[in-house]
Amino acid sequence: MNIPADLKYAESHEWMRAEDDGTVTIGITDHAQAALGDLVYIELPAVGRVLKVDEACAIVESVKAASDVYAPIAGTVVAVNDEATGAPETVNADAYAAWLFRLKPAAADALAGMLDADAYGRLIGDA
Amino acid sequence: MLNKTPLNAVHRAAGARMVDFGGWDMPVNYGSQIDEHRTVRGDAGMFDVSHMRAVDLVGAGARAFLRHALANNVDKLAEPGRALYSCLLREDGGVLDDLIVYYLREDFFRIVVNAGTAGKDVAWLSGLIAQHAPQLALTVRNDLAMIAVQGPNARLRVWAALPGSEAASAALKPFFGTMFDDIFIARTGYTGEDGFELMVPAVRAESVWQALAAAGVRPCGLGARDTLRLEAGMNLYGQDMDESVTPLDSGLAWTVDLASPRDFVGKAALTAQPRDRQLAGLLLIDTGGVLRAHQRVHTAHGDGEITSGTFSPTLGKSIALARLPAALGVGDTVHVAVRDKRLAARVVKPPFARKGQVLVR
Repeated sequence: MNIPADLKYAESHEWMRAEDDGTVTIGITDHAQAALGDLVYIELPAVGRVLKVDEACAIVESVKAASDVYAPIAGTVVAVNDEATGAPETVNADAYAAWLFRLKPAAADALAGMLDADAYGRLIGDA
Repeated sequence: MLNKTPLNAVHRAAGARMVDFGGWDMPVNYGSQIDEHRTVRGDAGMFDVSHMRAVDLVGAGARAFLRHALANNVDKLAEPGRALYSCLLREDGGVLDDLIVYYLREDFFRIVVNAGTAGKDVAWLSGLIAQHAPQLALTVRNDLAMIAVQGPNARLRVWAALPGSEAASAALKPFFGTMFDDIFIARTGYTGEDGFELMVPAVRAESVWQALAAAGVRPCGLGARDTLRLEAGMNLYGQDMDESVTPLDSGLAWTVDLASPRDFVGKAALTAQPRDRQLAGLLLIDTGGVLRAHQRVHTAHGDGEITSGTFSPTLGKSIALARLPAALGVGDTVHVAVRDKRLAARVVKPPFARKGQVLVR
């Protein structure tokens, strides 16, 4: 299972990347896309929406089932990936390239305490 | 403890994603369900359906017994090898199961029933036999594995994989079966494509599966089987119908002959029942999600409910079967509750797609 070392992870199977401009890019992990199966529909939050921690803010639907995506950190949505909504299969192809949304975090140290790649690997039994 | 088919180790070795399907440990996909679906529409794929159960009915008077036990009329089976789809009904018309019955000899019919219902079906049929035809023997064929090979190239690949099988099965018309050595070959399926269903001695299941794979048949999981059957407009027992509804509520009136004088279990109830519901197809017009089982359908004639829904790879749209008020007709617009939205969908007549072709728009 692909778990890049330069990303942070949430127990609800989102990945996070701290960008140079202070924003955080968020997507679902390779493990999550594999468990869901072929994705056919993605709904993302509106730009400007203020999210609380663990708030359901996006939906990914596969041929099998629908699943919520949660905000792993609090913040304001500053961008969404329209290419992912237009072609959900890109998330299956590369879950780390096909990001879903970008937040301006409410707290500067928002990613402190998030799982690193090793810890996430242990969580999904892929250590 | 989940039941395992004779091919369980083969699926696991191939890296299949396994799920609990009605108490059976079955492959849902081997990677991409949509790729597997497309392979069956365009080439050839195979499914392990060994969780389904063949039951042999043997003895004098087998036809007369089935004429009474089944909702469809086995008198349609005039030529040996011919298969018939039928519901098995309770006295009140509720659907115990749907099945395929093959006419092999006048004293030998083979019935293939669903996995989760096999025990119930055998108990029910045994009860009817004791009552009406105690000379008949019912034998559950746990010694058989079943492999469905489906797709426009399925027959060619079976013939390549199993030397000698072409001579035995090339003349088979759709919905006929025949013996080839120790394999029963039937030109049937659950995908809307041409192909064969093979009943193989369990001890030979792995070698047949590997021979088919070597001949270019792609292993496919039950996920693709579900999207293929739904595109083909075929019901799934336990989802689109069960004991709480009748064939007339389930789009299966074509399998029930109420006009002939023949009596059968459930006939009186069907004759008396109101015709206020139908099972229809839905095609999602709006975007905003995927149609799924149990979503509510709001219509001008009252509410209904989706019984099976998915994303159709062939149409590139979401499709469903839904139990709706009978007053609705093809072309009517309804609204489906998907999360917090009401999405417009059009009533269509299944099948949605068969033989690689889109059939609704």
